[in-house]
Amino acid sequence: MTPAVLARGVRVVLSGNVILRGIDLSVNDGEVVALLGANGSGKSTLVRALVGAVPIESGEVELLGKPLGGAVDWSRIGYVPQRVSAATGVPTTAGEVVTSGLLHGHRLRPPRHARRLVLDALELVGLTHHLDRPVRELSGGQQQRVLIARALVRDPALLVLDEPVAGVDLPSQEAFATTLGALTARGRTVLVVLHELGAIAPLVQRAVVLRHGAVVHDGAPPTPAREHGDPDHDHVHPHDPDEAFADTGVAGLRWEP
Amino acid sequence: MIGDEIAGMLGDPLMQRALLAALLVGLAAPVIGTYLVQRRLSLLGDGIGHVALTGVALGWLVGNAMNLVPHDVLAVPGAIVTAIIGAVVIELVRERGRTSGDVALALLFYGGIAGGVLLISLAGGTNANLMAYLFGSISTVSTGDLWLTVILTAIILVVGIGLRTALFAVCHDEEFARAAGLPVRVLNITIAVVAALTVTVSMRVVGLLLVSALMIVPVAVAQLVASSFRQTMGIAMAIGVVVCVTGLSITYWRDLSPGATIVVIAIAVYAVVALARPLLVRSRSHDPHPQVPDDVEVAA
Repeated sequence: MTPAVLARGVRVVLSGNVILRGIDLSVNDGEVVALLGANGSGKSTLVRALVGAVPIESGEVELLGKPLGGAVDWSRIGYVPQRVSAATGVPTTAGEVVTSGLLHGHRLRPPRHARRLVLDALELVGLTHHLDRPVRELSGGQQQRVLIARALVRDPALLVLDEPVAGVDLPSQEAFATTLGALTARGRTVLVVLHELGAIAPLVQRAVVLRHGAVVHDGAPPTPAREHGDPDHDHVHPHDPDEAFADTGVAGLRWEP
Repeated sequence: MIGDEIAGMLGDPLMQRALLAALLVGLAAPVIGTYLVQRRLSLLGDGIGHVALTGVALGWLVGNAMNLVPHDVLAVPGAIVTAIIGAVVIELVRERGRTSGDVALALLFYGGIAGGVLLISLAGGTNANLMAYLFGSISTVSTGDLWLTVILTAIILVVGIGLRTALFAVCHDEEFARAAGLPVRVLNITIAVVAALTVTVSMRVVGLLLVSALMIVPVAVAQLVASSFRQTMGIAMAIGVVVCVTGLSITYWRDLSPGATIVVIAIAVYAVVALARPLLVRSRSHDPHPQVPDDVEVAA
């Protein structure tokens, strides 16, 4: 079976710095894979390289069986970038942002039944009533959900999400986990960058952990003895994460500034 | 009587052409301006305008060398070609990210003006010859000029409105557009080329130094009252038409610079709308806070 995502020896250099040093990664059809790692470990850069948003210096990427580029069936891929806000210079409604998700590859104009698709996508994230609201009036969590709806509007087979719940309130995180659960139940493939597993933990089948731009763990999701939310969780944030977590194999996983 | 005066103005063939040109420019300039504001490149029009000045002088130089009559017959084609090249170069520099956007624009500003003045003196002209291009010369619009304006405006409107969702996508979130496999570079260059066409088409009306105002100020006004991208563009186009036609009409009776009059009116409109905004945008009746349960337990 062709993996949904296949990366071989991906090396990325951004303004002279080697960010990724030869990453191998594969995500099978229908799998839910979490990409974990400390801030600056290269996990965001990796997903951005996988979807073609940053250039790859060497290595190969295949999406849904096709080499990255024009041959990829972009209509089946949904990407949610890490973003604090969906608002920009000119007033823009949630509906307009989601509509832009209907374009891909050589489709430069939205289809005729765009409005219905957009409403369906907004319904998935619980924002149907905000179709015509300017995004700058929405809360941070709602703006994040608008960006998720933009990725879902084309009903993708592969969903790539970069910290979709970072800085989002707990109820929104749980709502997101429910939406994601419904999608994975329908056989969608998910590659999600996370800071910590949190509400999505039950859905994650495999975890890949990056450190200093290389894969240090690929297998069962790490189960930290105590979660961040645990009242007894001791917020130790060592300056040298290797020292504190050396025996877990996922050093620096829960590092926070 | 006012009616007779207006009938007189509309009956003047020179004024008819000028008004039509002003109307088309007022309609087209804010279209591309909306995209430039969206991607925070409001000064791009200025950069292209300065480069276009070199194009004007270059056209003049070539026309002179070829002994064409009149000497400036190639000035507008020169401006179009140079503006397009300049716009594409700015876009490629921006994409590479080697030079920060504002430094690249600054280099263009200085290079464009200096090049224009240098070339015009080489062509045996004076800086006075450049004034018409710097500040506009709508009173001398010929039928040929008008046709060129009609064609360029049609291109700007077809591309700017026809590809609105795609151009919006790339201006709104370039990273997402790349990850959707959209032809980001082609779309960016399309915006740059359409901006260049807008600059050259507006050159006759407001002049190269004020071109950008016509692209940006109506959008700035529309932003104050609109809630969507589509609405912003529509309102900006309406404001563009109204200020261009009004400004030009005033110069029929008073001996004022059309370009400057149009821009001053546009900025006055901005000031009035900004002041009256609290009255125009009705206060939202609903609670702006999202209806979500609390994250924490609050003691009753």
